[in-house]
Amino acid sequence: MKTFKIGGVHPAENKLSAASPIREAALPKQAVFSMFQHIGAPAKPVVKKGDEVKVGTLLAEAGGFVSAPIHSSVSGKVSKVDVALDASGTRRMAVYVDVEGDEWEESIDRSPALVKLSNRPELDSKAIVEKIKNAGIVGMGGATFPCHVKLSPPPGCKAECVIINAVECEPYLTADHRLMLEHPEEILVGLQLIMKAVGVNKGYIGIENNKPDAIALMTEKAKGYQGIEVVPLKVKYPQGGEKQLIDAVISRQVPAPPAIPINVGAVVQNVGTAFAIYQAVMKNKPLIDRIITVTGKSVKQPSNLLARLGTPFQQLIDECGGLPEDSGKIIGGGPMMGKALLSLDIPMTKGSSGLLIMNDKEARRAQPSPCIRCAKCVSACPMGLEPYLLSKQSKLEDWEGAEKNDITSCIECGSCQFTCPSHRPLLDMIRVGKSTVMGIIRSRAAK
Amino acid sequence: MVNVILIAVCVLGLIGLASAVILFVVSHKFAVHEDPRIAQVGAVLPQANCGGCGYPGCSGFAAACVKAADGGSLEGKLCPVGGQPVMEQVAGILGLAVEAAAPKVAVVRCNGTCENRPRQAQFDGARSCRVQQMTGMGETGCGYGCLGCGDCVSKCQFDALHMNPETGLPEVDEEKCTACGACAKACPRGIIEIRLKGPKGRRVVVLCNNKDKGAIANKACKASCIGCGKCVKTCEKFEAITLENNLAYIDAEKCKMCRKCEEACPKGAIHGFNFPPRKPKAEEPAAQSNQSNQSNQNTQSTPSTPIKEVEPSKAE
Repeated sequence: MKTFKIGGVHPAENKLSAASPIREAALPKQAVFSMFQHIGAPAKPVVKKGDEVKVGTLLAEAGGFVSAPIHSSVSGKVSKVDVALDASGTRRMAVYVDVEGDEWEESIDRSPALVKLSNRPELDSKAIVEKIKNAGIVGMGGATFPCHVKLSPPPGCKAECVIINAVECEPYLTADHRLMLEHPEEILVGLQLIMKAVGVNKGYIGIENNKPDAIALMTEKAKGYQGIEVVPLKVKYPQGGEKQLIDAVISRQVPAPPAIPINVGAVVQNVGTAFAIYQAVMKNKPLIDRIITVTGKSVKQPSNLLARLGTPFQQLIDECGGLPEDSGKIIGGGPMMGKALLSLDIPMTKGSSGLLIMNDKEARRAQPSPCIRCAKCVSACPMGLEPYLLSKQSKLEDWEGAEKNDITSCIECGSCQFTCPSHRPLLDMIRVGKSTVMGIIRSRAAK
Repeated sequence: MVNVILIAVCVLGLIGLASAVILFVVSHKFAVHEDPRIAQVGAVLPQANCGGCGYPGCSGFAAACVKAADGGSLEGKLCPVGGQPVMEQVAGILGLAVEAAAPKVAVVRCNGTCENRPRQAQFDGARSCRVQQMTGMGETGCGYGCLGCGDCVSKCQFDALHMNPETGLPEVDEEKCTACGACAKACPRGIIEIRLKGPKGRRVVVLCNNKDKGAIANKACKASCIGCGKCVKTCEKFEAITLENNLAYIDAEKCKMCRKCEEACPKGAIHGFNFPPRKPKAEEPAAQSNQSNQSNQNTQSTPSTPIKEVEPSKAE
């Protein structure tokens, strides 16, 4: 069975909510829309206090090419445009909407009927990308990179295939898994749209084989779509990393930055993104909701919720039986790459794939001890780096050395830290080094 | 036998001679000329190699001084460790006058002690401010205050910074601080300011770095600046205080040390350093001219030359 070649680890899967069907979360009383829901320039608010908005109304326009607009996920009145604490742990600009009723923009098609690509022959590549751009779709796997940018290859690059990332290699998370089981056809049409947008006729869907039901269903449904192939993959973290997935599915290696996947002819999109693209293009629905897994060993009812963006996390936890008493850490995202949240009033954003509640015992990190030179981190690193060295160089502020050792190639998957028998905070230091070196490279390029 | 010895001596002698000639020619041909003044200047520098002057070590600073001297002025060059006396020596070597630079000191602009600023979260990653800064807010509700992992302390080469376990904040030993600025650079939140030491070490500082709106800042910390602007009003006459991004800042050059702002601040965010203890009945604080002759037992700093005094140190 296929998988990526270098490194990788296999954390306990703990897919507690895999059997729990997607259910719709209740509307929040107040929704808060951060202007920083994507990578790139923040969105610029176009509404002001007192404005009436409906579901789907534009709240903020894109702040640049690498940016995305933000639409209201609720109907009601804008109560203020002010800073709000978000999942990054900082206070940043956001639009607050007090919810009244649930009135949708008329342009949105809310019927569940499947619209196939053959029903809309007038759609060409440009129209699809334009719709995606206007719907504010970003990478739904968690990286939140504006989708239209990936679908507009830089000059000189030609896409050869589209790979749908349905790996969901993070432990605990099951949002993508449930989405495939409940909306397979929509995902396939979404993939067709991406293929048409970048002008290729080969599409792959990479699924790890811990989801046999999803593999079987998608393979069955894909028979009706030309050029689409489901690729079962061996379970290994971080297979959902873009570069790892390309290696696993088409056996091509993306060179070190600044090379990007398109340089080897691949366009990778998350399965949630494909679904959102389907809704945006075929149903005219901007990105206003997403599926989020609320889970944890002490959570009464681990669930997959279809929740509106801007819903505070507290409410999502309440829907799953409330906050367990022994909660130690609440993580936005999965346990490997997610980030601990500072408050439960933080609203969910386009990139919120999961909400993991760890109990007190699990949550605490073990006390670090000295490095024993076992090189486990080196064998675990999926990018072929030397984490022990990079972390040391970051600590000693040897930025030149860190750059030479390709610190910028680090995908921050955390495999090194996970595997370290001395519990050393390797990734903590590498992150500092990576961001500093990136800053140095940027300032050098600006000169 | 004699022959053998003679040949050996001659051969070795000739090789030696030839090498000497080659070395002589090469050393003249490829001689690197270095201004002898660089070595002279280097000799008077403290050799701490702290980088506080902005150059890579003392030799770099010496070279920069010589280069600047050729331009006719040593303006902007200051060895923070050696301070004024060393700069005078440097100027003497280079045949220039030096302007007296007012002594500076590092000031930690945060008073978010454990008591003032309750912890809301616990950070259990690597003990490093830089790492903690990447998590966003850190352990408390203040996104601007001291993170408390001591990156500044580990960067201080002069043993002038220490963490106070009671407050959780770093404290500056004014005697030892050379104002090299390594701590200020190390602080990811830019809390430490290299500030004029002030006459007799006295200075008035806003001990807060919080740029959040008043309500948020107030909630996060008991001693935060809430940007109310009361201090700005009391200082209308001197215009030393400015309010930007909900944070007051006192311009050390304009401050007349009247300490009225300190009294006006409803949050107690403004602190006077090294002032004599106030008498029970609020006496008129030593205003403007600093003539008070009270014994200042509290002061930790060495009495230093008043600001803005220019010493025309004549070059020989």
